Formats: sequence, C-alpha cells, structure tokens
Amino acid sequence: MATGIKDKVAIIGMGCTKFGERWDAGSAELLAEAFNEALADAGIERKQIEAAWAGSCMDNVNVGNSAIPTSVALRLDGIPVSRMENMCATGTEALRGAAYAVASGAVDIALAIGVEKLKDTGYGGLPAPYKGTLNDLWLPLGSAPAGFAQLAAGYRAKHGTSKEDLKKALAHVSWKSHQNGVLSPKAHLRKAITMEQILAAPMIADPLGLFDCCGVSDGAAAAIVTTPEIARALGKKDMVTIKAIQLSISSGVESTTNQWDGSHVRNTRAAAQRAYAEAGITDPRKQISLMEVHDCFSITELVTMEDLGVSADGRAVHDILDGFYDREGNGVPCQVDGGLKCFGHPIAASGLRMAYEIYNQLQDRASERQLKNPSLGLTHNLGGVPYLGISALSILGLHH
Amino acid sequence: MTSTQTANGITGYGGYVPRLRMQRAAIAAAHSWMAPGLRGLAKGQRAFCSWDEDSVTMAVEAARDALDSRARDGIGSLVLASTRPPFSDLQGASIVAGALDLRSDIATLEVGQSQRAGVSALLAQLRASQGNTLLIASDHPSAKPASTQEVSYGAGAAAFTLGSEKVIAELIGHASQVNVFVDHFRAADSQHDYYWEERWIRDEGYAKIVPATMKAALANAKVTAPEVQHFILASSLKDTASMVAKRCGIEVTAVADSLDSTCGYAGSAHPLLMLAHTLEKAKPGEVIVLVGFGQGCDVVVLRATDAITSFKPRRGVSGAVADAQTHEAYLRMLSYDNGIDLEWGMRGEKQVKTALTEQYRSAHQLAAFTAGKCTCCGAVQFPQLAYCVNPECLAPSEKFTRTHLFDEPAQVFTYTADWLSYHPSPPLYVGFVQFDIGARLLMEVVDVGQQGLDVGTPLRMVFRVKDVDKARGYPRYFWKATPISA
Repeated sequence: MATGIKDKVAIIGMGCTKFGERWDAGSAELLAEAFNEALADAGIERKQIEAAWAGSCMDNVNVGNSAIPTSVALRLDGIPVSRMENMCATGTEALRGAAYAVASGAVDIALAIGVEKLKDTGYGGLPAPYKGTLNDLWLPLGSAPAGFAQLAAGYRAKHGTSKEDLKKALAHVSWKSHQNGVLSPKAHLRKAITMEQILAAPMIADPLGLFDCCGVSDGAAAAIVTTPEIARALGKKDMVTIKAIQLSISSGVESTTNQWDGSHVRNTRAAAQRAYAEAGITDPRKQISLMEVHDCFSITELVTMEDLGVSADGRAVHDILDGFYDREGNGVPCQVDGGLKCFGHPIAASGLRMAYEIYNQLQDRASERQLKNPSLGLTHNLGGVPYLGISALSILGLHH
Repeated sequence: MTSTQTANGITGYGGYVPRLRMQRAAIAAAHSWMAPGLRGLAKGQRAFCSWDEDSVTMAVEAARDALDSRARDGIGSLVLASTRPPFSDLQGASIVAGALDLRSDIATLEVGQSQRAGVSALLAQLRASQGNTLLIASDHPSAKPASTQEVSYGAGAAAFTLGSEKVIAELIGHASQVNVFVDHFRAADSQHDYYWEERWIRDEGYAKIVPATMKAALANAKVTAPEVQHFILASSLKDTASMVAKRCGIEVTAVADSLDSTCGYAGSAHPLLMLAHTLEKAKPGEVIVLVGFGQGCDVVVLRATDAITSFKPRRGVSGAVADAQTHEAYLRMLSYDNGIDLEWGMRGEKQVKTALTEQYRSAHQLAAFTAGKCTCCGAVQFPQLAYCVNPECLAPSEKFTRTHLFDEPAQVFTYTADWLSYHPSPPLYVGFVQFDIGARLLMEVVDVGQQGLDVGTPLRMVFRVKDVDKARGYPRYFWKATPISA
C-alpha cells in the first residue's frame, strides 16, 4: 500500500471571505479576498506560488469554465492552474490537488482556492445542474433537499426510528449549529434559533423543513501548502500538516442495486476508512478533537456521524440528543463554526472553509470559538446525492 | 410482412381513463360569477389528463390493458387515431410502438383530423384484412373555460387487437356517409372547439344523418334494429344516443353507457372507449352497433362470438373508471391543460433540451423501459452501461440479457415529497423504486393520492411525459411509478 501523504504537506496560509449574500462582490472579488488573507497569513509573495488548483462548481453563476478566469482574477502569471469541479467536494478536491503536487515534489508551494457565487441565480437554493444527455432522459428532477431527504425514509426503515424521534434529532443538529454560528463573524447566519422554530418551519422536502437545510451563500476560501521543511524555513510554528485526504465516488451500486440499505452513505464509509488508515487513526470517537462535516441538511450530518464511525450504527440519534456533538458536550464538537448550516454553502468554497476552521482551531486562533487544546480535526464533504455521490475527507493535525 | 391471414374481427380490447377526476360542481362554481347556468350541468365527475399525460401516453396505457401479458410479436401494424396528437409531423404511433416494444418491422399509421377518427380507423382496419393490427384511439379534447364542453368533456383511450384468430367480435356490416355538416370545428392552430347551436346539431345532424346511415348498415349486416343489443353513439350532447336509438327503432335498453358521470366525452376516442366498455359485458351472438359522427357518419355492425367469454383485458375500462382520484381544485385542471399561465418562478426556466442523438442511441432501454440482466451475476440494472454495476462482477454489457421493467412488481424503497423543485404538480414525489427482480432506480412517482407514500408502498409503472421542452415544443417520454390503488 502507498505510504500516503501524512505529514508530507503543511498548510502555511489560509484565507476565507465573509460568507453570505455578497451583493458587493463578484466571483473575482471573492477570490481576491480569500487569496489576500491566505498570502498574508503565509507571509509569502504571490510569485512564490508555483501551481494552483481552482475550484468552482456552478458554471452559470460563477467565474466561467476552465482555470483561466481564476488565473486572471488572481494574476497568476504563467504557472499551471487547474480547474477542479467535483460538486460539493470541490474545495477539498482543490486542496488534494495542491497537496499531492507538493507531496510529489513537483512544486514547492501550491495554492488551493474555491469560490461560488450562488446569489447570482435570482432565487434561493441551488440551480439544477444538468445530468448529461442520457441521464436527463430518465432521471427525475429533484432538488438537493429531495436527494438527501430520502436518507430519512431509509434510516427510519433500517433502524425502526420513529418519525418523531428522528425529527427531534434533526432539529437538534440544526439548533446546535445555530448556537455555534453566533460566534462566527464570517458566518452568513448568526442567530440562535429555538427548537420550536425549527420544528414548526415549512416543509422543503419531507421530512426536511426550512431549518433542516443549509443556506445558499456566496464565498471563497483558500489554502497555501508547502513541505514541512519549507514551512519551518519560513518560520512557521504550531505547524498544521495534512494527515490524510481521501475521496470516494459512487459507481452506481447504491442507486442501481439492492446492495444499499438507504440508511447511510457508502462512500463516506469508504473514504473514512482510507483516511483513518492514512492518518493512523484507530478510534475516531476518541482521537478526533473536532469535526466540520457536510451538514448540507440535518439528516446528512446525522448519518455522517455513523458513517465516520464516531457514532455506532443506529446510535447517532441518541448521541446527538445527548449533546455528544455539542460545543459544551463531552464528545467530539461538530460544526463549532456553525457549519454549512450557518455559513451557507458556496459549493467550491465549503471544503476549504472547513479546513480554515480546523486550521485556526489547531493554532489556537479561533478567538471566541476556540476549543481547549485540539490536536486533530476532520473535514468531510459530500457531493452529489447520498446514493450517487462523492465523499471527501481531510484530516489535519498539529505537526510535532 | 406478408400474411395470408384475414383481419376481420376484434380479437382483444382494453381502455384507459386518467385517474384524475374533476368534480363538475367545482368547475361550475369557479365560473358561477359569469356563467351561473353551468350549475345545471354540474353533476358527477369528468376525467382530466395530468400535466404529463397526452394522447400518446393514454394510448400506451390502453394498449397495455388490451395486450396485458400476451405476446406482442405477432402484431404487424399499429394505427393510432387522435385529434390531439402531440406533434404535427412526428408520429405518435411510433412512440407508442416503442413504448410497447412492438417489432421494428411493423407498419404504423396515424389517423386524425376528424371527429370520426377512431371509428373510421377501426372500420378501415377491419375492412383492410391485413394481418394482426393494434388499433388505438386516444383523445383529450380541450374546451374553453366556462363552456358547456369544459364540463362535459373528458379524456381516455381504447385499444383493440384485430385479426382472424380467436375473434371475439366480427364485422357483419357497415355503412358510411359524408357531408359537411359543421356542428363544431377546431381550426388547425386552435386549442378549442367552436360550436354551433345544440338543437340544430341534434335535429338536423344526429337525428337525420345517423338514422339514414344506420338503415344502410343494418341492411348490409342483415339484422334488424330490434336485434341490436348494444348501441354505441358517443356525443358530448346529453341524451342524443337515446333520441337516435328511438328514431332507428332500437330498444332504449340497448343504449350503451356513455360514461358521462365518471369520465366525460373523450372526443374521437370516446365511441371506442364505449365499445371497449361494452365488450366487457357483451355476450356471444349479441349485435353491437357503433356510430361515428362528424361530417357524415360511420356505422359499424359487429357480432360478438363465443370467444368473447375467453378474453379479459388487464383491468378494462371498468377498472380504469373505478381507479379514480377526485379533485376539486379547478385551477389544477386548467393549469394541466395549459389553460392558465401561472408563475412557477425561476426554477421553471430550466432548459430541458433533448439530445435527439442520445434519445435515438438509448431508445432500446428508454422507450420500453428495458433493463439489462447480467448473465454472470444476475444483477438487473437500469440504465445499462458498459459494465455490470455489481462491484464483484463488472462483466461487460455484452453479457446482459434484456428484460422489461414496465410490468415488474415494485415498491417504494425511499421517498420524499419535494416542494422546492419546479414541478407542474407540486410536490414532486420522488424516490427509489425497488423491483422484486432486483432492479432499483430513482423515479418520479405520480398520481399520489391522499394516502401518500411510505417505504414499501406497492407501485406499478406508467408511461408518461417526462419533461416538456417549452422553448422548442418538445415533450419527451419515459416511465414513472404510481401507487397501486387500494
């Protein structure tokens, strides 16, 4: 087996825009905002960047195809820049590209950046993507919430959970994120919401109500990576290194065969298994200090807790209601910055936004949100839909 | 194909009526401010097409009712009659043939432009005597809001197999007449019919033209009027059939059920829908007279044979009529028939342009809902791609055998009701359908009634319009799932 990239790549600078309804900025401005912060944080010059991976997902409300618009926006003159598009995993995918380039020795310093400008659609929610000429002829339409909501029916059927208990646990997921989001200056939504408000919200896709769905926002985030040796030479202390980045993509098993029970995300399990092996994690429930997971919908976060092996199968409802994932709980705090729920989900920026939070927490730079002595953080993205999707995991930790 | 068979009779039949029924009282109530008189007509229900049903989809469902699980490879030609085909020069009959997975070497023909389209097509095919034919009439006449037709019209389709073996009703006589009696008309580019005075239509039209043709037809068949046990005359005007029967000397008890209280008048398909309904109860030896009216008249005289007792459609017109979902929201019916331009929001602007190349390339699996069964591991998969989906197998698709999913038992595996996506009939019910034979795919679930869905709800497959490309006026078709009614 390959040795993996554990501790072969250090993050030396990160940037993240304020997420939200950024009527003031287009994609190019958002890219620059994140890039400037990352450059300043890294303490390097733009010309030291030798390669870049630029993520953007929705063609019709973004910079445009290829990596050219990003290269132009950031004036990355003459270096290789690649466009990444892997749905909601795009941000983590960009980081993977940059990290693998550094780990391979191909370049010394690389940039990963992602941007999405969703508020240029003219309506709330995501634009419906094309599915390709064949799939468009038979696959039904269906919004993102409709894709994920089906996990609820599958989960109830598998574990015999009542509609009421599941709805209560889902509400707690959103409630927790809103409590945490209050402390995040860059979050889109910074208001605590009561359980009653969540439970009484209008239905979007049964059983997901309005507060079970994350916001639609504009934003960008960026990371600059290099080798630990170069990082040290640049004077970096409390160095954050990448312990693992793994991706798993569906081959159609879940959506075409009866080998999937509808209660979990198969690809998250596969990606987690590989990421834990790469990072040397044997007991995630005990070893991971904090998590930023893809809570596009409350049901996604719930099943992800089981898919990541932090909650046992069928136990996520209880762990969630017991406060195991709350900031003040005695478990693994999840979404301490408010998650997608409060930041919103500018598709290609989200994975890097999650890494940004872990990076800051590990360096004790998360101000009001700071947890006590975290040492290992996990980010998780889920692109596409649970039954036909992309799971991306990154594990970041302090380098000793 | 050449054949020495003689097509001289009906060998099977079936029908379809949309599940959706509008309370006529709701139509009248919506218009009471300007047409209070409609209230007098507002009894019972009328069928109406869902947004994704049209003459083609109803034709497929009627044919499936007639064919049930019988072999389809003996059918040598397909004729589709309708006055509301989805296209002017793209053959709906071909789409129907594809959905039914008929042989590719059959002859197809479309008949329209006439209120008599259904009956004339049946008569022509019975006289043509050429092999086994599948004849379908399908229509959903559209009426202007607040017209009496809006209350009386319905929708439906009927299908018949014609041939010389196991004939259940044989042609024993016929007569036709032609004139330009314009009781109503619909201009080529118009959605709605324009009507002349009802009393004139009755007195100068039906009352004179039909009896004259009847006389000739009965003489041709060598039967007398009192010998007629089933008299089928479809009209959107009430009591016309009884009036004509009396004039012709036919017993009033022979007048066939007009299906008015449950279905309404299904245009050029209606006489044949009534015929399919009549055949369900006709006994050996009974004489059936079928009238087609409009710019003249066709009269078809049939006699049921002993074989009629041995034929059963899948559920028949009676079954389709009984499978009803009652609606009271009049604007729903209006919207489904493009009678009102509602604001669907920007999501409704999504482009659904069809790659006609891909549609043609994948026709073998899309049209007749054909899954591939892997002969190496047994996995049944839709869509069929280059390799078996089973990660333990991955056999190349050359190892697949083909199997239709349209009649396979299936149930809900997951589901949701999506209020966010654009859908002409919100919410969009969508979920995974698990077939008993192992296939699984994400499908739209339509005609979900009050009972809703749950994991395990039994489903059956229906042929529907998948999307409408409004920019180019192109509907594309695929299969959807619907709960099996209790």
